[in-house]
Amino acid sequence: MEDLGEKFLQVVIAMAIFAAVIGIIMLLVDRAPKSFRDKATIIGFLAPAAILLIVGMVWPALQTTFLAFTDRDGNLTGLDNFIWMFTEPTALVTLRNTVLWVILVPTISTVIGLVYAVFIDKAHGERVLKALVFMPMAISMVGAGIIWNFMYAYRGVEQEQIGLVNQILVWFGGEPRQFLLEAPGNTFFLIAVMVWIQVGFAMVILSAAIKGIPADIVEASRLDGATAWQQFRSITIPSIRGALVVVITTITIITLKVFDIVRTMTAGNYDTSVIANEMYTQAFRANEPGRGAALALILFLMVLPVVIYNARVLKKQKEIR
Amino acid sequence: MTSTPAVPAMGTKDTGEDTTVQPPIARRVKQRLTSRGATIAAVIIAVIWTVPTLGLFISSFRPEENINQNGWWNVLSNFEFTLDNYADVLISGGSQSPNLGQYFINSLAIVIPATLIPLVIASMAAYIFAWSSFRGKDTLFVFIFALQIIPLQMALIPLLTLFVNLKIGEFELLPSGSYAQLWIAHTIFALPLAIFLLHNFIAEIPGEVIEAARVDGAGHATIFWRIIIPLSVPALASYAIFQFLWVWNDLLVALVFSGGTGDVAPITQRLAELTGTRGGEWHRLTAGAFVSMIVPLLVFFGLQRYFVRGLLAGGLKG
Repeated sequence: MEDLGEKFLQVVIAMAIFAAVIGIIMLLVDRAPKSFRDKATIIGFLAPAAILLIVGMVWPALQTTFLAFTDRDGNLTGLDNFIWMFTEPTALVTLRNTVLWVILVPTISTVIGLVYAVFIDKAHGERVLKALVFMPMAISMVGAGIIWNFMYAYRGVEQEQIGLVNQILVWFGGEPRQFLLEAPGNTFFLIAVMVWIQVGFAMVILSAAIKGIPADIVEASRLDGATAWQQFRSITIPSIRGALVVVITTITIITLKVFDIVRTMTAGNYDTSVIANEMYTQAFRANEPGRGAALALILFLMVLPVVIYNARVLKKQKEIR
Repeated sequence: MTSTPAVPAMGTKDTGEDTTVQPPIARRVKQRLTSRGATIAAVIIAVIWTVPTLGLFISSFRPEENINQNGWWNVLSNFEFTLDNYADVLISGGSQSPNLGQYFINSLAIVIPATLIPLVIASMAAYIFAWSSFRGKDTLFVFIFALQIIPLQMALIPLLTLFVNLKIGEFELLPSGSYAQLWIAHTIFALPLAIFLLHNFIAEIPGEVIEAARVDGAGHATIFWRIIIPLSVPALASYAIFQFLWVWNDLLVALVFSGGTGDVAPITQRLAELTGTRGGEWHRLTAGAFVSMIVPLLVFFGLQRYFVRGLLAGGLKG
């Protein structure tokens, strides 16, 4: 702990430097000659953000695009990295896993989140029930990974189980399994962790949308004798369609970029890798920046249509309001 | 925040029972029965969602030999309570120890500037986009908004190279294994979303307020600090909480920019490392995971409303 003071000092110095830079900008803007003052303000206020974004995001993204067509020594190699990605068996497994994640996580999370939101609507203790399911959203995916590693923990048949999932298997007369080591099942057990996290997100948004359905429509259908299922199908679902789309697309985007869970729980071994994890492994562990960049580019191309669609839906929703 | 989807914050509309029109008694009974079945189903889901965390939490207070002997659901049959696991991960010294106390401090040292710096820079830009006019302003704003679609992964490799090569003579401006790389990387990745969200809020501030200040001779800097910032506190708070948790829970940026040593690595990175190398030491991992979760959980339970708002707005980040 002896370096506590030093760390604290680093933070204070950094914040002081930052405050000084901002202070100088403010001073210059206010002291600029009157005719030039508005222009100076625009430049001074935008410059920090503009410089950081151009140098730290736009330019690197362009460089990554270029890197995707080079090998580890920086020579242009055309489409080699992409050919690797779509022919090499391990890379193909990565792509297959990513597709599995992207199909399963958004659908399962949304279905469970919707069912839960409907069931707890106006129930006693709704807030507590919500908080319990939403809580996994707050903790890190690393934390979630440890929680589920512990759930999946394995002991030989002759020993007492310490992981709950295996214990339940044993209680029902099964044999304990190494859930995270046996492909291809292990990918599904990782996906379950992501579902566990994302259901809370789906539930909160859908619950709010359900509460936004006008009470008179619900009441009218009830007076007409609609059953709960009919109400759900003919009123709830159509009324919250917009929110459903937002939930599915948002979870899709988050899932495409999922990294921490795979990294923490299997590090991508045993055929569990996904694009975001493989990108990190190739670029920063295997010394293959070209391949890493190619994977990043593919990730970008996969995210792109979903984000655009998502933004459109959000915009339309806002216009309706 | 006005930009969030058509969804209010959690808990604001929980008005409880619908009291407007009472259905006939027979139907009301039926309604209650079906909703009782639904409530039971809901409780089952809630239990499934809570038990994993609960199991880890209980285990973190069990002695090492108990954890390895049997499952945490046996805790009542051989009840023993200890804080040794927490003492071990937090303060016991030596290279064999997880030293999480040190990494916890690192997390704090990373997260405070990485929240405040983007907040200030983004507010300044948002103010300009909301309250001044120049040629190409709208195009520029849309461009910054569109930057949100670039995944983190697209910037990592060149950004790291850039940081390493940023030198004046022999003097490294952003030496590897310093907090600076992490602060700046987090700031960059925060800006597009932050500018967009804060702009939406700042643009709603009544123009008369700003006009009045201008007539009184206030300059832009004065208006920004004396009027815009105080009036934007709700939006700033929502975004700050979101960014705080994002940085606190981050692993990817940390792995790439912390320089591979323990000097500046945050607690998430250390935990991920421990899971990989010493995955069987459950007495340490359970306690360690909770040390890392305590801050987000406090924020979550204490500031739930802001938290949900920020989360809804920030679903696309990274």
